[in-house]
Amino acid sequence: MGRYVLRRTGAAIATLIAASIVIFAFIHLIPGDPVYVMLGDGATPEQVARLRNRLGLDEPLVFQYLIWAGSALQGDLGQSIFFETPVTQVIAEGAETSILLAVITMFWIVAFGVPVGILAAIRQGTWIDQGLSGLAMLLASVPTFWVGLYLILIFAAGLGWFPSSGFPSVFDDGGLYNLRYLILPSLALAAPNAALILRLTRASMLDVAREDYVRTARAKGIPPYRVVLRHILRNALLAVVSAFGFTFAALISEAVVTETVFALPGIGRTVVQSILRRDYPVIQGVILVIVCLYLIINLLVDLSYRFLDPRVELE
Amino acid sequence: MLNVDNLVVSLRNGPQILRGVSFGIEPGEILALVGESGSGKSMTSLALMGLLPPALAITGGTVSLGGTEITHLAPHQRVRRNCGKVAMVFQEPMTSLNPVLRIGEQIGEAVRVHDPDAVPADRAKELLDMVRIPDAAHQLSAYPHELSGGMRQRVMIAIALACRPQILIADEPTTALDVTVQRQVLGLIRDLCDRLGVGVLFITHDLGVVAQMAERVAVMYAGMLVERADVGPLFRAPLHPYTAGLMACLPDPESDDPLLATIPGAAPRAGAVPDGCPFAPRCVRAASRCRSGALPLVHGGEGHSARCHFPLTAAASA
Repeated sequence: MGRYVLRRTGAAIATLIAASIVIFAFIHLIPGDPVYVMLGDGATPEQVARLRNRLGLDEPLVFQYLIWAGSALQGDLGQSIFFETPVTQVIAEGAETSILLAVITMFWIVAFGVPVGILAAIRQGTWIDQGLSGLAMLLASVPTFWVGLYLILIFAAGLGWFPSSGFPSVFDDGGLYNLRYLILPSLALAAPNAALILRLTRASMLDVAREDYVRTARAKGIPPYRVVLRHILRNALLAVVSAFGFTFAALISEAVVTETVFALPGIGRTVVQSILRRDYPVIQGVILVIVCLYLIINLLVDLSYRFLDPRVELE
Repeated sequence: MLNVDNLVVSLRNGPQILRGVSFGIEPGEILALVGESGSGKSMTSLALMGLLPPALAITGGTVSLGGTEITHLAPHQRVRRNCGKVAMVFQEPMTSLNPVLRIGEQIGEAVRVHDPDAVPADRAKELLDMVRIPDAAHQLSAYPHELSGGMRQRVMIAIALACRPQILIADEPTTALDVTVQRQVLGLIRDLCDRLGVGVLFITHDLGVVAQMAERVAVMYAGMLVERADVGPLFRAPLHPYTAGLMACLPDPESDDPLLATIPGAAPRAGAVPDGCPFAPRCVRAASRCRSGALPLVHGGEGHSARCHFPLTAAASA
């Protein structure tokens, strides 16, 4: 067990280092000099050189990387060129919205995707299954922003049940009640992913149901619901759990669009705006943080896998 | 005790897979069911268990155990109605145990259903001892992948015994095992049958195993029982040409011929079974009347019968 954790963690760190090199490098390969963008066309060569020097852009690339990576390890992701505040602060401002949005979205995905997938599998071939599978197909194939716009149209503009945009912090007036601002965005974000998890749960359940050991379980004469829960679902979830890691990656990119549609002050929107402003340090910092989160979540998925499937130890 | 009468199994809205199978098994007796792959042996066992896949259904005949009809009951319904029990050891021990549950849990689960008063862990250990798994107390906490094929098949037998069956079906229980392990598992089944008085339906395509294990034999071809007999008479004087063909295929250590004998042609697939005798297209004795109509039941002595127009032994009479 200890060795398994070590190996997995080592692999995650190696991935992180490789990713950090890519993150650092590609931003310098994109045309468009941030110094000119910041100073405007009328800047004198002296002004340009001074700013370049201040930002460390005149050092060789290797040094730039080492300096950047070294400070990143100490929690310093540099200064935003646009805001002229630490990048960590820029990220922290968007973090509350994005984290809460992700948590609520994951809740919908697990709470709807898995049980409805089970229901569809148990009722395979009936109109319940066909209805649910068709709905899942529909939700998985429409873009998030479109779902978002329709949710706003119906539940915000039409029925007035939920606010349509923005998100005051839960630490402001209203407290946890402010979470209602995140209901529609999280539903929009959850819809395609819950649909995928639903379909995966259903397919995985049907796969496992054909296994020999499920027949053995039935042959024992235990009640059918126990065969489903203890033998089919338990094994079917192995595939579903490993999909959560990928779902998270999809969430991140879809969150950018969703935060824009619902005007949420989250990290996704920060990235988009920073790209338009060519605010390199912010872009690098945010992507680095996202990569770290992604690696941590997948590491947790791998480790939980070890508890769900005793065979993993052998591999 | 177990009585199978004219059992018919069909694909839903489709052809018959089993076409009127009848046999009986007494306590402590081993009946071998012999036939090629696809002859319907495994379908017979799944039908007896109440575990036919959804695409198949029993469309005729009855299965009764100790006088109670259990034809259309799934295993959990048999438990609820407290009728006689049929348990089964499957062919493939490597995939027949749940990979994520410990052995003790998988046995205990059956104990809880069939022996509500027993302590599951104690009974599970007792069962592992009974199937001669060394260090049983320790093995209860093992996962299936930690055990060898032979050990897993013993666990499967322990699970079957946990159901306190009157009839045990063993569906080619040793095909997937090494030869040395095969002998041990066969010996174990024989021993349990004698000690517990369980009736055994032993499914195999290996005539050598039949001679060693069974008291009586039923030969199956294309979903029909073509011959039934005690082991001795069947081997000495088979009535049906198909049975004789199977025996001719056994390798003869005395022979110099490097080629093994075979029966020409292939068994018909379900749905493409010819009229009349299903074996006629491959049979050297077949004549025109074999190719349509019902087949006569011919007898060759005490409990020995076959369905054939031209049985091999002259003494046979319709």
